[in-house]
Amino acid sequence: MATPEGYDPAVWRRMSEELALPGIHIPEEYGGAGFGAVELGIVMEEMGRALLCAPYFSTAVLAANAIMNAGTDADKSALLPDIANGARLATLAITEPDGSWDPASIKVVATPDADGYRLDGVKSFVVDGHIANLLIVAARMPGTAGLQGLALFAVDANARGVERRLLESMDPTRKIARIDFRGAHAKLLGSLDTGATPILRTLDQAAIALANEMVGGAQTMLDSAVSYSKLRVQFGRPIGSFQALKHKLADMLLEVELAKSAAYYAAQAAAVDDPEWPALASLAKAAASETYLHSAAECIQIHGGIGFTWDNDTHLWFKRAKSSELFLGQPSYHRELLMQRWGV
Amino acid sequence: MSNVTEAEVRAEVRQWLSDNWNPDMPLVEWRRKLADSGWGMPQWPREWYGRGLSHPLARVVEEEFANVGAVRAANSGVRLLAAATLLEHGTDQQKKKFLRRILTGEDNWCQFFSEPGSGSDLAGATTRADLQGDFWIVNGQKVWSTSAHHADYGLLLARTDWDAPKHEGLSYFIIEVKQPGVDVHPLRQMNGHASFNQVFFTDAKIPQENLVGRVNEGWKVAMTTLMHERRGADGLPPPRNRETRTGRIHAEERAEAEKANEPYKWYPQRAGRVDLIIERAKETGANKDPYIRQEIAKLMILAKSAEWTARRARAAQQQGRPQGPEGSLGKLAASHVARGCSRVHTMITGTEAMLTGSESPREGIIAEILVSVPAVSIAGGTDEIQRNIIAERVLELPKEPRFDTGPFRNVRRN
Ligand SMILES: Cc1cc2nc3c(=O)[nH]c(=O)nc-3n(C[C@H](O)[C@H](O)[C@H](O)COP(=O)(O)OP(=O)(O)OC[C@H]3O[C@@H](n4cnc5c(N)ncnc54)[C@H](O)[C@@H]3O)c2cc1C
Repeated sequence: MATPEGYDPAVWRRMSEELALPGIHIPEEYGGAGFGAVELGIVMEEMGRALLCAPYFSTAVLAANAIMNAGTDADKSALLPDIANGARLATLAITEPDGSWDPASIKVVATPDADGYRLDGVKSFVVDGHIANLLIVAARMPGTAGLQGLALFAVDANARGVERRLLESMDPTRKIARIDFRGAHAKLLGSLDTGATPILRTLDQAAIALANEMVGGAQTMLDSAVSYSKLRVQFGRPIGSFQALKHKLADMLLEVELAKSAAYYAAQAAAVDDPEWPALASLAKAAASETYLHSAAECIQIHGGIGFTWDNDTHLWFKRAKSSELFLGQPSYHRELLMQRWGV
Repeated sequence: MSNVTEAEVRAEVRQWLSDNWNPDMPLVEWRRKLADSGWGMPQWPREWYGRGLSHPLARVVEEEFANVGAVRAANSGVRLLAAATLLEHGTDQQKKKFLRRILTGEDNWCQFFSEPGSGSDLAGATTRADLQGDFWIVNGQKVWSTSAHHADYGLLLARTDWDAPKHEGLSYFIIEVKQPGVDVHPLRQMNGHASFNQVFFTDAKIPQENLVGRVNEGWKVAMTTLMHERRGADGLPPPRNRETRTGRIHAEERAEAEKANEPYKWYPQRAGRVDLIIERAKETGANKDPYIRQEIAKLMILAKSAEWTARRARAAQQQGRPQGPEGSLGKLAASHVARGCSRVHTMITGTEAMLTGSESPREGIIAEILVSVPAVSIAGGTDEIQRNIIAERVLELPKEPRFDTGPFRNVRRN
């Protein structure tokens, strides 16, 4: 976290080589373990619980899913095995400087040329965009608008015409970059006829995975608040014996359990391709976002002054909660999506 | 638990239903068959009117019953709380005497726990039971006793030792309600219904064999009842479609339900009617208001998450964990859902939500929701008490200082 890269390459190697985590949901034919959304959710929950700083969300969740959703067999064979074995760090670039998560507002243009496409425009809020070797970029055909003409492209992050800049941001545990494309060479993933579907699918899968990560983090905040309340003494008794704190903690437990149920249920629905799963992705994302941030804020409150200090780690969870709340769209955005997806 | 498969259970229950189900049979006769065959409560133990099936397999049985429209064992009111308590703490004689008639619907039950001086603090009960000869003689007053006016038996918590600390001087009894020493007076609620009662006991008699558990160990037995009650608060059984079916048994069941369910007819409204939210938003046009859309989404997220949490808890129980204090989480969630519904129904319906008469939206249902929801966070243990339980028993936070230790005689009370 403290390095500019934002992760420990030795830990990443062990996660990849000993535990094969980056490919947990990648089919075996592409070098993965062949599991699905539920298992990915379990891994994310544990990472959230530990506040792991690693390019897992960017590489395994965002980029790998994007490739699986959009790519041809040849694309997958070319790109996924190195993701599954941890050799290739990758990420997905969707959002632009306006911060919108609606793919309809994408402005980066992909212009066909002799050996593929050229990309022009700016992406921002790209998780691990400063360290990824492979960028999966959402862009549109010239002259198109809305959800028409969108596609995903693979871009070598070190190619000419790609300029990356680490953004100064509040959450040091998950770093984000701005990427300028000036005629960068890009390869289309899959075909142009699929439209925005692979992009939307990737975003929904990411929302479910992130929701699972967030409920793991929220559980840590609850555990930390509970154990501190048993230790800290004021007025001659442990602060956890004061009813105001008991009730706060009971409410936190309920909230965390509710958000967990939503995150697990959405992952299960996605795993079996229940037609409702995109709606449930929005439901789980909204629930987990509110819960994580609230648990982190209450955890700080229950720690008192020490909770507001830099040396106490709680602020790191709080910051991850805040960035996760905004990443992929804030709760109000997902509540509106949920209503639309339910046909209300 | 037996090692049968879903297909085996399905085949067996189908066969049994095709051999036995007859809509022209008298209701009680049919329910006796259900009790004796174990198909009425398939999740109960084999030796006590069940078949020892897991919950998922019991659901299979329910599906098969629904497919042919067969009437189920009686399940209204607190009869199943009584049954759960007896299955855990009752003597064989008590199980034999009461369980079958609970399932046939021949006996109705109520709960005599709360008193004017002790509600949240149930263990502070001052209704007394004194042993004289072969009978316990009961004197005192209970209150908020739902359905006591229909009940044959009551689950009674009474003090049997005044010198012991308060939790150690209580005993748990089954009391016959229809006897000279028991006076039942209905109380009207803020929503106009009168489903609960105040009940006076004057030298009422309980035969010795109706003591449940041991003398002065009634608190433990009451906890079993309460944990099942809180657990049940996370969802009512869906209303069954009885209206259209013909046959003597269905007519009798409708008549029974009308009487037995009378005190509970507003209960769906007290839970908030989350099922009506989206329908109402569409029919009123409130679904076009972006603010209300947000509020609907918040509520539906809460309600869905609560439903899935209840399912997780049930799944955990099926893996052998006993009914524990986690039931309080479901009860607390149900309160949040109900209050949320009350708020959002108001937003959706607007000014008309005030109306109660024939001109009101949905024949007064919306207004009835608004004046019934306050019961959810009180009945069966208040929200505050659920939070205490979660904090102390689930999160294991330190207890608060107590002022009610020592002989109960000396404890301050109302
Ligand atoms: C619709 C309905 C049906 C009912 N049916 C039955 C029934 O069939 N049988 C039966 O026995 N009872 C029944 N009850 C009674 C119900 O269980 C009690 O009303 C409830 O437990 C609260 O007790 P109380 O009314 O004495 O309030 P009190 O206990 O006096 O509570 C008053 C307030 O003080 C708060 N409070 C009390 N103790 C604490 C504490 N330690 N910490 C924080 N706050 C506290 C409570 O939360 C509440 O807000 C029913 C109630 C209702 C509303």
